[in-house]
Amino acid sequence: MGLNGARLVALAGNPNVGKSTVFNALTGMRQHTGNWPGKTVASARGTCRHAGREYELVDTPGAYSLNAHSAEEEVTRDFLCFGGAEAVIVVCDATCLERNLNLALQILELTPRVVLCVNLMDEAARRRIRVDTRALERLLGVPVVGTSARGGRGLERLLERVDEVVGRAPEHPLRVAYPPELESEVERLSRSVALRLDGRLDARWTALRLLEGNDAALDAVQAHLSPLDIRPALQAAQNARAVLGMSAQQVETAVVGAIYREAERLCAAAVHSQEAQDGRRLRVDRLLTGRLTGIPAMLLLLAAVFYLTIRGANLPSQLLSDALFSLEAPLSRALDALGASWLRGPLVEGAYRTLAWVVSVMLPPMAIFFPLFTLLEDVGFLPRVAFNLDGCFKRCHACGKQALTVCMGFGCNAAGVVGCRIIDSPRERLIAILTNALTPCNGRFPLLIQLITLFFVGALGGGAVSGALMLTGLIVLSLGMTLLASRLLSATLLRGVPSAFTLELPPFRRPQVGRVIVRSVFDRTLFVLGRAAAVAAPAGLVIWLLANIAPGGVSLMARLNALLDPLGRLLGMDGVLLTAFLLGFPANEIVLPLAVMGYAQGNALAQTGGALALRTLLSQNGWTEWTALCVMLFSLFHWPCSTTLLTIRRETGSARWTALALLLPTALGMALCALVAAAARVLA
Amino acid sequence: MNALCDMPTGKSARVVGVPGDGAMNRRLLDVGFTPGAAVTCLFQAPGGDPRAYLVRGAVIALRREDARAVQVEPALREVVAWA
Repeated sequence: MGLNGARLVALAGNPNVGKSTVFNALTGMRQHTGNWPGKTVASARGTCRHAGREYELVDTPGAYSLNAHSAEEEVTRDFLCFGGAEAVIVVCDATCLERNLNLALQILELTPRVVLCVNLMDEAARRRIRVDTRALERLLGVPVVGTSARGGRGLERLLERVDEVVGRAPEHPLRVAYPPELESEVERLSRSVALRLDGRLDARWTALRLLEGNDAALDAVQAHLSPLDIRPALQAAQNARAVLGMSAQQVETAVVGAIYREAERLCAAAVHSQEAQDGRRLRVDRLLTGRLTGIPAMLLLLAAVFYLTIRGANLPSQLLSDALFSLEAPLSRALDALGASWLRGPLVEGAYRTLAWVVSVMLPPMAIFFPLFTLLEDVGFLPRVAFNLDGCFKRCHACGKQALTVCMGFGCNAAGVVGCRIIDSPRERLIAILTNALTPCNGRFPLLIQLITLFFVGALGGGAVSGALMLTGLIVLSLGMTLLASRLLSATLLRGVPSAFTLELPPFRRPQVGRVIVRSVFDRTLFVLGRAAAVAAPAGLVIWLLANIAPGGVSLMARLNALLDPLGRLLGMDGVLLTAFLLGFPANEIVLPLAVMGYAQGNALAQTGGALALRTLLSQNGWTEWTALCVMLFSLFHWPCSTTLLTIRRETGSARWTALALLLPTALGMALCALVAAAARVLA
Repeated sequence: MNALCDMPTGKSARVVGVPGDGAMNRRLLDVGFTPGAAVTCLFQAPGGDPRAYLVRGAVIALRREDARAVQVEPALREVVAWA
């Protein structure tokens, strides 16, 4: 039983079948997320009510089978075996039922209290695939419900059937028949373990794992059902294999083969496909992955997203900035009226001005970039990127799925680091974690966009197009650095050969535009903005204090700048910029605003909303195109922000790897900037 | 009998088996490369590796050295039920 007497129901299914959509549709906002105890695997639980009864739903990680090859699949297997769920909803993809039934049939061997949820019925209908759920139900012996969770269809019926199996277990669930000689050994072995299991786990399932020599599963059984001793059964299984004349591996092939043959039989009876063979999907895939077209298509799409972001963000940025800065005067007057004029400097010129800058510079590009990017994600474009780039990552002895974590890093490096959980090999996962900060996150895009616009677009001509192209170039550079750093790591600290790699390429799906916009605005834009704003105001206050506290007539700011200036010059920048990068440690978003405040110190602070005023201010402080280039490079490659570092500490559980994650990009960035600065001195 | 990695794009075959005893062999069985399964090589990455295979209605990308573990034989008829 779950919390407060709620019925505990597990949700299981292959990856990419819309399991989370079903979970979200059923539980709505009544969810809590976290990690599975002792694992770096995300967990989600939620509650829902049906017919006056409370259910607690547990969303298990996507799994292809219960044979467990990854931490996710282990969690799923252990929860289904020992979690105490009173029913299991197995979510299947109607367009790919045969593969999905493999997992469903395996779960049926654990418990008869199963409801098969055949999801994506709408997509199947579009592709002219008809699934006869009644025939399937007759053959499987457990309830089968067709749903389209994205449209909310069929969910009510799903809960009704869950209610049914919780009340009474189906009496004749389908049992996969194995070859006769194997069956008799399974039968004999399951009788002998049944006594010891005492109903806590299905005996037939355990006997099969014993015959397969599935040590990981048997260890889990031993651990969860102690003081049970399964060693005698191991010997019995070995004898049984000798009788059969089969190796453990041959037993496993026979078992999986029999399950798939059963799945074939079920699909032959219940799936009627008249799928048009026009090959349109294939043509799109061949274009996106073609020898000559694959990489250019990817870059073009990325450049298009940047173009729309730069082009679209200009005007709203200006409007927001005008509106927010026009509030400064009333704010100051209000403070005067309250008799707190002394607060005007730190609060208005320090905290508020930085906050206004961050909001007006960050919000518009984020509100455009995030939805566009989420749209690409929703369509199913990102796995194709991983597919295209796998060759490069393999040559660097890393995993192709690292490309997916790089894509997540565009949004937020902390999210990218958490996303590295999709990589099974611990070595390759560490490589992906350590190099994720080399990908510019959304906090750094505004700086890149602004400096490109101020210093390079005019010279290049072509406005937003050339800006987008230059930004794409920087992304290619950061990808190159990621590959270089990955290669370096796997040649030194994380030596090893690339491990095996399977990646599913799900079909392109029609994006849910409305939901994408809502999700990206709330989950990403507002979240990142909130974090930046929470840091920007205090940082603005600190920098105002640094600029205005002047023991001995020289401000703290000036002292700090002077201290850092030699190193800054070596890197093609100056002390003010390094100070800004240091103070921007909690959030990259505030680096440029802080630098501007630093330059303007002492003077009556110029309002810095206008692009022209900003360009003038920077030029007055000795900026050239070379300075701008070095700042952009250092923004791409320097220490990760504090949130990302904390996340790395949590994910790796090691202070040493965290320190390396800080040093690696910093060293790369310093080397690169010093090189560019030296080149500038020679050329200029 | 051939290895899956030697099958040209656009061609179909039938799986004979996945001999060998590693985690990857188990994974290949789980995603559907079991004896008798029809498999089609659909397309390849720009560098020629990995390749995408249609098996049991899903598209799975495999690197060349992983696809080598799958033994296939020519299909009796071409399987192109995919769009």
